[in-house]
Amino acid sequence: MIRGRAVVAGAAEGEALVTSDALSFWGGYDFHTGEIIDKHHPLAGVRAAGRILAVPFSKGSSTTTAVLLEAVRAGTAPAAIVTTGTDSFFALASIVADVMYGKPFPVIALDADDFASLKTGEYLTVDVSGAIRRR
Amino acid sequence: MLDGERGPATQLAMSILVRMADVYGADALMDISQAHIDSTIYLGDATLEFAERLASLGAKVVVPTSLNVSGVDECGWKDWAVSPEWAAKAARQMLAYERMGAVPTWTCAPYQTHMRPKFGQQIAWGESNAIAFANSVIGARTERYPDLLDICCAITGRVPAIGLHLTAHRAGEILLDLSGVPAALQQDDQFFAVVGHLVGKLAGDSIPVIDGVVVSPAEDQLKAFAAAAASSGRVALFHMVGVTPEAPTLDAAFQGRAPGQTIHVSIADLRAARAELTTADGRELDMVILGSPHFSLAEFSLLAPLLEGHHAHPRVRFLITSSRLMKEHAAEKGVLAPVLAFGAEITLDTCILASPMLPPEIKTLMTNSAKYAYYAPSLLNTRVTFGSLADCVRSAIEGRVVRDDSLWQSA
Repeated sequence: MIRGRAVVAGAAEGEALVTSDALSFWGGYDFHTGEIIDKHHPLAGVRAAGRILAVPFSKGSSTTTAVLLEAVRAGTAPAAIVTTGTDSFFALASIVADVMYGKPFPVIALDADDFASLKTGEYLTVDVSGAIRRR
Repeated sequence: MLDGERGPATQLAMSILVRMADVYGADALMDISQAHIDSTIYLGDATLEFAERLASLGAKVVVPTSLNVSGVDECGWKDWAVSPEWAAKAARQMLAYERMGAVPTWTCAPYQTHMRPKFGQQIAWGESNAIAFANSVIGARTERYPDLLDICCAITGRVPAIGLHLTAHRAGEILLDLSGVPAALQQDDQFFAVVGHLVGKLAGDSIPVIDGVVVSPAEDQLKAFAAAAASSGRVALFHMVGVTPEAPTLDAAFQGRAPGQTIHVSIADLRAARAELTTADGRELDMVILGSPHFSLAEFSLLAPLLEGHHAHPRVRFLITSSRLMKEHAAEKGVLAPVLAFGAEITLDTCILASPMLPPEIKTLMTNSAKYAYYAPSLLNTRVTFGSLADCVRSAIEGRVVRDDSLWQSA
């Protein structure tokens, strides 16, 4: 079990999609398909919808939050987002998704070593305390 | 405000702000005296529903508030591939924010309008390039605010008292040393955009300090730097020693602390960064695109003599994205007429990234904007050549990509 900090608490499960490269959702995520589209990013072309997306932090556009809100509304958002440190952009998107649609997604902060231990393809569950378990 | 005594919109905005204060770990909220709203960009039903919910609850901004680009050029969209449905919804989103009492500046360069903040002013700004410019070039103080939170700050007049609002958190963290880069290259028109792209990638989540700049960059070069660094990375504040106001000296930039890391930037690093901004491989050219961030009066003034007496090749469209205000200023100064005579088109209030305006036959772009070069391949599925302003003009005249790379090859 990995003990994370629930920046926005919630429960989720899904296949991990892990990257060490920061991501801007505006210009980087197609909310119509749930696919990462930033051609400069190693995950370009990979679908993140419904997965536990582990990305160290957001970069680039302020509109990252709005793209994530659209993705929640469209049902194409990641099931949860795991970061290093506290990322205010991902947290805000989840909080507004809660306010607008009653659909927050968990945002979990890990320390760098725990983050580095995550592997794409492993099946993870996230609970409301911020704990992440491998299954 | 949380109890609703100032109405349901303020209550809603404050409830989001308080939850975010908790996320940020803030002990208190603090006052701001200005805001810039990036939430104006229409993306789809969610951004529109959020704006109209606030507006219908009677939301009003309580500080002077400027508005970023929207999703549509209200007057010009019919000349482009924008659908009537998109135009109508984007216009509704514009109206929602206007109803809240914000000033319809519709620009991503609000720092080049009468709403430019002052040194030390506490503000809440969205729009990555504007955040980096306001913090770094002006020395105003804003956190890196995302869409949807910027408007909550404007409605409540408050922000969490954290991060870049506080002096102690504005110290430089890593040092990027440009002293190995010759002055001739630093004087090149593309230099600051290229360095910005590189710095964004190198800085991670740290505040970068750039030392070794031996030229005096113009405001629009710092604008290009900020936009590039906030696209390739998450730079919300940078210090440039001897250039930006909180960095009169290296020591001041780091507030007396030691750099956590020092990176010596080589010419090879810069060449590689410049090469990354070009994703096209041939000479084909469908459009030259200028103006991300929005083209300024000074940029119109630099452009006019370059293209005077020439005309764009019939195969190439030449588009400038700017604001209503800047277009008026350019007309008054006499630098708009030669640009239009060249065959340039001008889109206002928005840009090619925020409005689905480009027709599908436009597949190859050329630009002097690192921000356009960074985002266009992903957002528009186009190929891009990055070059100087002069290269862009010459290419438009010749109808194919022409770049003078001599300085970058010989340096």
